[in-house]
Amino acid sequence: MSVFDGFKFRSISSPIHQLDPRAKFVYVCVLFAVAVMFNNLIPLLILFLIQIPIVFMAKVQKEWMRSMKGSAVFAIMIFAVNLLSLYFYAGHETFTSILERSLAMTVRFIVLVQSFSIFFLTTSPDMLGLALEQSGVPYELCFAFTTAVRFVPVLAEEAQTIIDAQKARGLEIESGNFLRRIRNYIPILIPLIVNAIRRSMELAETMESRAWGACKNRTNLYVLKIKTNDLLLILFSLLLLTVSIYVSIHVHIPPLTSLFT
Amino acid sequence: MIIVENLYFTYPNGVEALSGVNLRIEDGEFVAIMGQNGAGKTTLVKHMNGLLKPTRGRVLVDGIDTRRVSVARLARKVGLVFQNPDHQLFSETVEEEISFALRNFGYDEKTIKERVDWALNMLNLERYRRISPFMLSGGEKKRVALASVLAWDPKIIILDEPTIGQDYMQKEKLRQFILQLNQQGKTIIVVTHDVEFVAECNPRTILMKQGKIIASGEAEEILTNEDLVREAYVALPEIAKLFKCLEEYGFPRNVIDVYEAADLIYKRLRAGNERI
Amino acid sequence: MAIIETEELTYTYPVGEKPAFRDVNLKIEEGEFVIITGPSGCGKTTLCRCFNGLIPHFYGGKLEGEIRVCGLNVKDHPTYEIAQHVGMVFQNPENQLFALSVEKDVAFGLENLGVPRKEIRKRIDWALKITGTYNLKNRPPYELSGGQQQRVAIASVLAMNPDVMVLDEPTSFLDPVGAEKIFEVIGRLNREMSMTIILVEHRLDLVSRYADRIIVMHDGRIMMNGDPREVLVSEEARLVGIGIPKATMLYKILKHRGISLNRPPLYSEEACQVIREALSR
Repeated sequence: MSVFDGFKFRSISSPIHQLDPRAKFVYVCVLFAVAVMFNNLIPLLILFLIQIPIVFMAKVQKEWMRSMKGSAVFAIMIFAVNLLSLYFYAGHETFTSILERSLAMTVRFIVLVQSFSIFFLTTSPDMLGLALEQSGVPYELCFAFTTAVRFVPVLAEEAQTIIDAQKARGLEIESGNFLRRIRNYIPILIPLIVNAIRRSMELAETMESRAWGACKNRTNLYVLKIKTNDLLLILFSLLLLTVSIYVSIHVHIPPLTSLFT
Repeated sequence: MIIVENLYFTYPNGVEALSGVNLRIEDGEFVAIMGQNGAGKTTLVKHMNGLLKPTRGRVLVDGIDTRRVSVARLARKVGLVFQNPDHQLFSETVEEEISFALRNFGYDEKTIKERVDWALNMLNLERYRRISPFMLSGGEKKRVALASVLAWDPKIIILDEPTIGQDYMQKEKLRQFILQLNQQGKTIIVVTHDVEFVAECNPRTILMKQGKIIASGEAEEILTNEDLVREAYVALPEIAKLFKCLEEYGFPRNVIDVYEAADLIYKRLRAGNERI
Repeated sequence: MAIIETEELTYTYPVGEKPAFRDVNLKIEEGEFVIITGPSGCGKTTLCRCFNGLIPHFYGGKLEGEIRVCGLNVKDHPTYEIAQHVGMVFQNPENQLFALSVEKDVAFGLENLGVPRKEIRKRIDWALKITGTYNLKNRPPYELSGGQQQRVAIASVLAMNPDVMVLDEPTSFLDPVGAEKIFEVIGRLNREMSMTIILVEHRLDLVSRYADRIIVMHDGRIMMNGDPREVLVSEEARLVGIGIPKATMLYKILKHRGISLNRPPLYSEEACQVIREALSR
């Protein structure tokens, strides 16, 4: 589960944390678009390097490392698959060229993981829900989202308790053939699901008791406002997008290896 | 017999839940483990059936080191009844629910049927045999959970917070049932913060605080010791509070039972009247 | 006018064969502290759900008879309207907190009511201070103990400024120290703010000292309704099987053996006083 730590919100005070989620979302979308625009290693490496100072500004280096480590397996797989398929189907290219293109695909993947990781590490689910609400998503959905996030650690702990309770009755989860193992999960899934349903009933009761639905226009304790830093980020992102479009059309990007020969 | 030797346990998230626990529970004992939420009570008993393995130190159940055996193997001797029956109920009928553990332990069908009949009878659940456990009330579910553990007849029975959510009559029945099981030779360990319940059962009482055992002895001695009770964030039983207040009249301090208390006060009041 | 009034109230759940409770006639005055107790299944939890409209609006079923709460006929007004007068605290602390911080949870009800932001902030601080949870303002719920969570739940209800607060076995999952803190808070709300309190509880030894009245239910009916001392001392209460406080039991045992203490005590300090009086006679 530690790879997920790379995407779990950490409550720290940093300039990146203070940014409006909507601005950050624009940034992530632009990054996504730019990463997809280029097949060459150099611009992708640049994208990767741009985000490093952001990681440090957000003070989430440790967690970000975890997401990198976690995605290493996939990265290696992507590298290997690209290498092999290019080798067999584009045999006319030089080996260094194939190597570079495979590396480029891998770096693209890493850049995407990196940007999503930064987004989720620095955006609290509360703020995310609020951003969704202020972007026009119906309140019921936003509420369902933040409530679900709030209960994730609770459900995880409950799952562990259920596993313990059934193990204490002699259930051996790891034993038996494949089919047996699937059946072994029934005594764990059923209580988990039944309890989740019961929990949502109790939540609904509480919501009703706190005047849910009393008026059409709910007020909100917090309101997101776009500030200067947010505008700067959005502008920077749009600039990046524009430059990238121009470069991808008009500029020929040399392979990295050619710079060394 | 359970021997806990210098037990240390740290959870994966770094919290040290047990810091050097030493404990010895003989066969046939009745022990209550008390303490605040987070003192380590449940963590300690989870070591007794192998659900948790020591970070340092060791736990021996009838001479077997818990680190060397599976939970399933230990569970045959040590039955742990969890606090919330909703964490274990999943079968279509009460009958099946009680058979679950027996099947896991590999009993043959004939024995399973015998033991299920016996367990249903013991806890007055025969009329619910074919009913879905999800249809039962909270108190009935607790009985089914208990029955499903008793079915395989473990010699040691651990109950984690058995009195939560129970009304007075249910607690009374439970108390009598536990005492009956103990008289039949079972080792009973109850983890609870219900001090009145413990006062009524009068077992050997262990107080825990922050991962350590700070006291172990007779309920009458431990639960009337104000300093210990305060340290463990447990409350004094009502009768103990009363006798503390009446200290100046020379009443004994180690009284926790209401009938004993009434007797002492009655005798004093009668003696007082006779003097007049 | 009584703040809660029922007349021959009878309710059957949608899937119920027989009524959960029947012929309930109840009058609760403003500012009273009432305890409702009884063995499991007696109908006390169901009855509570009528006080804020969850029955009949959320649960459906058949509600016969009359019930008026703060002048409103419960059958005719939606839950969100009644909820503004009657706040409800439930048994499980965890399932009453949905936000990711205490502050947002306490704000929830007020947000639903469309209260302006400045007012929300004021009420949050006020409610947190009264329940002793101000220092937990920015913490997420899963970091809190059961007792702290339950006090936050009370604060969330309190912030809506109800006239009545109904608490359904709020201390079931708490240890005695946590439970006492809850009763302390509730007692304070009743004394200092004249809030009407309806508390469903089994742990009478801890809480009967605060009550103006105890109502005992059994098998869907009200069996006793009156002064705590009278109710707890009665033979009927013993037969129904509720948890009589040890101090009151002591009084009864002594009475049975011919010794009459001045009055039936509800808790140990009172018992001490009464026994002292007897010893000095």
